[in-house]
Amino acid sequence: MSVLKVSGLTKNFGGLSAVSNVNMEIEQGELIGLIGPNGAGKTTLFNLLTGVYDPSEGTIELNVDGKMTSIGGKKPYVISRLGVSRTFQNIRLFKELTVLDNVRIAMHQSVKTGVIASILRLPCYYKEEEEIKKRAMDLLKTVNLDEHAMDLAKNLPYGKQRRLEIARALATDPKILFLDEPAAGMNPQETAELTQLIHDIKDRFHLTIILIEHDMSLVMSICERIYVLDYGRLIARGNPEQIKTNKRVIEAYLGEDA
Amino acid sequence: MTQFLQQMINGLSLGSIYALVALGYTMVYGIIKLINFAHGDIYMLGAYIGFIVTTKLGLGFVPALLISMVGCAIIGMTIERIAYKPLRHATRITALITAIGVSYFLEAGTQRVMGAGVQTFPNVFVNETIMLGNVRISTQQIVIFVVTITLMVALQFLVNKTKIGRAMRAVSVDGDAARLMGVNVNAVISFTFAIGSALAGAAGVLVGVYYNSINPLMGMLPGIKAFIAAVFGGIGIIPGAMLGGFFIGIVETMVAGYGSSLWKDAVVYIILILILIIKPAGLLGKNTKEKV
Amino acid sequence: MKNWFKRTNLLWLALIVSTYVILNVLISTGIINNVYQTVLLTIGINIILAISLNLIIGITGQFSLGHAGFMIIGAYSCGVVLKLVAGGTIGVLLGMLIGMAISAAVALVVAIPTLRLRGDYLAIATLGFGEIIRIVVLNMEVTNGAAGLILPKAVSWHMVYWAMVICTLVIVNFGISAHGRACISVREDEIAAEAMGINTTQYKILAFVIGAMIASVAGALYAGAFYVIKPEMFTYSKSIDILVLVVFGGMGSITGSFISTVLVSLLNTALQQFSSVRMIVYGLALVVIMVFRPSGLLGRKEFSFDALLKKFDKKKGAAS
Repeated sequence: MSVLKVSGLTKNFGGLSAVSNVNMEIEQGELIGLIGPNGAGKTTLFNLLTGVYDPSEGTIELNVDGKMTSIGGKKPYVISRLGVSRTFQNIRLFKELTVLDNVRIAMHQSVKTGVIASILRLPCYYKEEEEIKKRAMDLLKTVNLDEHAMDLAKNLPYGKQRRLEIARALATDPKILFLDEPAAGMNPQETAELTQLIHDIKDRFHLTIILIEHDMSLVMSICERIYVLDYGRLIARGNPEQIKTNKRVIEAYLGEDA
Repeated sequence: MTQFLQQMINGLSLGSIYALVALGYTMVYGIIKLINFAHGDIYMLGAYIGFIVTTKLGLGFVPALLISMVGCAIIGMTIERIAYKPLRHATRITALITAIGVSYFLEAGTQRVMGAGVQTFPNVFVNETIMLGNVRISTQQIVIFVVTITLMVALQFLVNKTKIGRAMRAVSVDGDAARLMGVNVNAVISFTFAIGSALAGAAGVLVGVYYNSINPLMGMLPGIKAFIAAVFGGIGIIPGAMLGGFFIGIVETMVAGYGSSLWKDAVVYIILILILIIKPAGLLGKNTKEKV
Repeated sequence: MKNWFKRTNLLWLALIVSTYVILNVLISTGIINNVYQTVLLTIGINIILAISLNLIIGITGQFSLGHAGFMIIGAYSCGVVLKLVAGGTIGVLLGMLIGMAISAAVALVVAIPTLRLRGDYLAIATLGFGEIIRIVVLNMEVTNGAAGLILPKAVSWHMVYWAMVICTLVIVNFGISAHGRACISVREDEIAAEAMGINTTQYKILAFVIGAMIASVAGALYAGAFYVIKPEMFTYSKSIDILVLVVFGGMGSITGSFISTVLVSLLNTALQQFSSVRMIVYGLALVVIMVFRPSGLLGRKEFSFDALLKKFDKKKGAAS
């Protein structure tokens, strides 16, 4: 059963098409790679799928409780509540807040205590705060950051910030997770740990994961299927073996003459 | 119709003054993204310098205008050096609050030195009224138009045709890139403050001549209105500030003339809010969106 | 219920009650004379204004320069009720409620279009709205225009004190709840907050409306405490004065707002005789603070008994 279906998706900025006529269909539980040269429109595609940009043309449909629902042009928080979460290429943590608060904030959509009950600190407020804290700590344990719970996010080393962003994304309780260059700036050791982490969370939280990555060894080793984007168009799709030998992909990466 | 034309002329006179002040706002904002809240007070200081030059030194209108422009340019550069320069990399809110502090300081300082009361600006030239049909134009108004248009043409020339003008435009597009290309960014910022403040100084003298009375708080409201004019035209865009200045001046005069002067300020604020909601980049501006 | 009576909450309660008792004793023994009582009233009202603006600026990150507009709504609602409907405490409370309702409605009207703007654009738009509110009040019949209203004294310092305590509790409790965290996330990074499922527009509006309602409470207290209200008292300069208190104490720090309001009020009183010098000092102080300590006295930190107790426990632990 497909969880995400994209048809004819196009985004124009002025006269320029950053994404044009993209079609994708993604099944429940897949781990998809999205690759392409710099400026190919990968992040723009993520931004369209998560509601940061409105599509110029085309449709995006998400499986919500077994029914395909159009989410194109919906606001990011609405899409997030339908079970889509993400990380950012340039890390957008709440830098001045603690690691724990970063995760607690992302649990917001499950909060049931109203504003007035919170102001009056009714018993339900205390109970829910306890639960949120416990769940947040569990998630931090998953990404091995529980010891840093009270540190400020900005004080974490780079690799841990990326892991915190993943934990924060998981806190929204997603079905689909978009990871935008999760291994960027990591050393081989950290990349290996990340690969393991991605596998773990995918199984544990029954996720469908779509990731943008430039580290080809990572992509080829963990992704079941790969989409290749160049100049805003999908130029290839297939399993890692097919992509590695695809002539158009090699051309896109190395230039026409190669 | 006569009344309309008459209001139009009065509106253009007031608008000239707003436009001159708005130019300083827009240039400074364009270059360092600061709402220089103290800019209206520079205009007030310009009026006071003109007042001192004409009454204490007994000089005429032209020397008063020039001395006031030079004086304000120096004051503007000094303020930038002392108060704003240390804040180049601070948040905009920090910079805005600093500007508010400078504004308080200038207002209270002038009150202390020159007295808090109203001073009468002398008649520096014979004021005659010329009739064009049934529409009256005073010599003062003609002088205001002539000075304003001369200064605007000079500014256009400076920004578009000279080396320093090119450097100013470069810094306003991308300060860091300009620095890498060998532009002395600090000098350009100083120069921008000097030019903007000189224009405000000229406006101060003109308003002294026009209304005959000046006081230490006279810069507050016109300062805000000139800022609104700059926003209206598209902040950072020089022709926008001119357009906005004339527009706000005319609207204000029309509301006072046909409606009630009690509401004229409210109408200006409503224009501000409408433009911010409908086209926040201003009439001549382009909308941009944050990159994710 | 037992959560309410944790050690740190009890300490706060003790501080609140003991401050109240001490001030009462000082007033009844005449050590705090009439002049200083006025200062006390001013401090209490200004604290309410500062913390309500802090909710909007410090916690939610929305830069408003229109706070005086909501203060004037509260002041005139209370003033008109005191004049036409009922005097005394009943009148003040009724006026306060009416003021809060009007403020909430006006804040919604202001917030929905303007809170899409950012940073200094938002500041200038809210300044415009604040001035429009003032000009409307200036042009109304019932408000007696520029001459303003002369009112009987209807607010005692007891009322100001407890109103201050209640307003503070509301803002602090809101700030540390999940809803407050949502507001903080808006301040930190709007795009990330949206991506994490937070309706940022809704929280900006919510914070703005709560802040506006509390500002109108301060306005109502002002009207009942200081005999005269005129539109000219509530220009954007008043908004800036409130802003200065918030910035000086540290944007986002409620205890910082308390400390800065007390300090600034005392400084104002001390410099009362030299009014022209006062504004010069004020202006210079702003510039110096922004240049050397832009985060204000406490930054985003709060004074907390919890932290103090932990230190204390540690020391005790080390000693034994």
